[in-house]
Amino acid sequence: MTATSLTSSRGAGRAGDKVFSGATLAAGCLILAVLFGVALFLVIQAIPAFTAPAADIQGGEGFFAYIWPIVIGTLIAAIIALVIATPVAIGVALFISHYAPRRLASGLGYVIDLLAAIPSVIYGAWGAAFLAHQISPAYGWLAENMAWLPIFQGPASATGKTILTAGIVLSVMVLPIITSLSREIFLQTPKLHEEAALALGATRWEMIKMSVLPFARPGIISAIMLGLGRALGETMAVALVLSSGALTASLIQSGNQTIAAEIALNFPEASGLKVSTLIAAGLILFVITLAVNMVARWIISRHKEFSGAN
Amino acid sequence: MSKRIDVKDLNVYYGNFLAVEDVSINIEAKSVTAFIGPSGCGKSTFLRTLNRMHEVLPGARVEGEVLLDGDNLYGPGVDPVTVRSQIGMVFQRPNPFPTMSIRDNVLAGVKLNNQKISKGEADALVERSLQGANLWNEVKDRLEKPGSGLSGGQQQRLCIARAIAVEPQVILMDEPCSALDPISTLAVEDLINELKDQYTVVIVTHNMQQAARVSDRTAFFNIAGTGKPGKLIEFAETSTIFNNPSNKATEDYVSGRFG
Repeated sequence: MTATSLTSSRGAGRAGDKVFSGATLAAGCLILAVLFGVALFLVIQAIPAFTAPAADIQGGEGFFAYIWPIVIGTLIAAIIALVIATPVAIGVALFISHYAPRRLASGLGYVIDLLAAIPSVIYGAWGAAFLAHQISPAYGWLAENMAWLPIFQGPASATGKTILTAGIVLSVMVLPIITSLSREIFLQTPKLHEEAALALGATRWEMIKMSVLPFARPGIISAIMLGLGRALGETMAVALVLSSGALTASLIQSGNQTIAAEIALNFPEASGLKVSTLIAAGLILFVITLAVNMVARWIISRHKEFSGAN
Repeated sequence: MSKRIDVKDLNVYYGNFLAVEDVSINIEAKSVTAFIGPSGCGKSTFLRTLNRMHEVLPGARVEGEVLLDGDNLYGPGVDPVTVRSQIGMVFQRPNPFPTMSIRDNVLAGVKLNNQKISKGEADALVERSLQGANLWNEVKDRLEKPGSGLSGGQQQRLCIARAIAVEPQVILMDEPCSALDPISTLAVEDLINELKDQYTVVIVTHNMQQAARVSDRTAFFNIAGTGKPGKLIEFAETSTIFNNPSNKATEDYVSGRFG
């Protein structure tokens, strides 16, 4: 009988363990290095735009006078997209996870995922060539009947290439992200909690309100934030759809601009200080996205005690 | 406010598979009835047909009648939602709603059934239900804390409080103590003894001593083999089942010769 000594170890297994832990550590570090590198690049390249005399920046009134209208434009487009997409996405996800017959559900889920596979330039072309044209009569109606709301003040754009059209196109683009993430979360709701609600005499909708939605809440928030990230950063569709211009409150006139589209449209011909200005705009977008994510995490953590994780 | 259940010739199917065959049983009001039997014999499945919870699984259906004081649960036009609000259920694993406080957990069913309730009434109901579940003294100072922070036994008694808050006619319990330690089990068993003064209680258990301790009448279910349907073998006073069963299989099971 050969006694196995406690100090002897299986050489191969140990080596594999070390390689694997080294590889995961390297992957983890790489992500931090890339993020740090991008941030550093943005800051260094953007400094000239912050320090240059106001008259040299596009518009002639300094960087912040240049940037704030397009920050607002970016937020408006993203908010329109989320306001439209979120309820639809949650509805579709609930339909797939809890209402639809199984065969229909899988087909529908597949179609929704396909929406995410369409390149953004196609959405842009569709928005510019089809949607804008089709929707402009509706803008005319809004301008006539809803003009007491500043956001629907006329005269409506005849081409339909407005920030509202851009927002609608963006909403179609973020829909599959929010839908498929929400659907996954809804399906993970513990059967125990669903049955607890049903056994108390809950209808299906009441069961969803009592057990599915509270369980899925942090997941829905993350899904919305991912959608928001896409909407904030989307370039091509906005560049094609929006006939850009100065900041206006009305959503149905041409005007407004987003940061990403501004960078894309101006970067190829830019040089010198103009490049720095655009990169500074990119830095601002980076900071906005970061802030949005931090707020989302804060919202989620505020309810940790009730999350069911304990 | 408790009713009797009479089951006549009930068959339970999952799709084409016959899971439970030809059960007829009379469950008395204000008593504790225990279902015992080996795993897979269909006792939990049968229990779930008593408040139509089996319908959660696609393809599950029944043939036969379940009468709650003479009203057929499977009659035309009967809404399973109404059935479940009258016949409450406690599950194998404690399942308080994790996002709700202890107080909201108790009120969860009441808010469904009679939407509006004043704060005073709600407070009284929470206290009454938690006292009914022997949990009031342990949680009265932390009603706003999440229910998931309680121990397993406390969570299970919270689930019982949640079930009795809607004042059901019958309470079904599906192995309510199988995830609990002996002390918590004792607390729940004491509670079951008190509940039968007001409610009809039906309990499924794997623990024969538990059946002997808590129940007035016991039903023994068995299965002939894998793939065969479960059947009700014998149903009698608990003392008869354990001391003087008339069926050989029952005697073998309760004396520990199989199962």
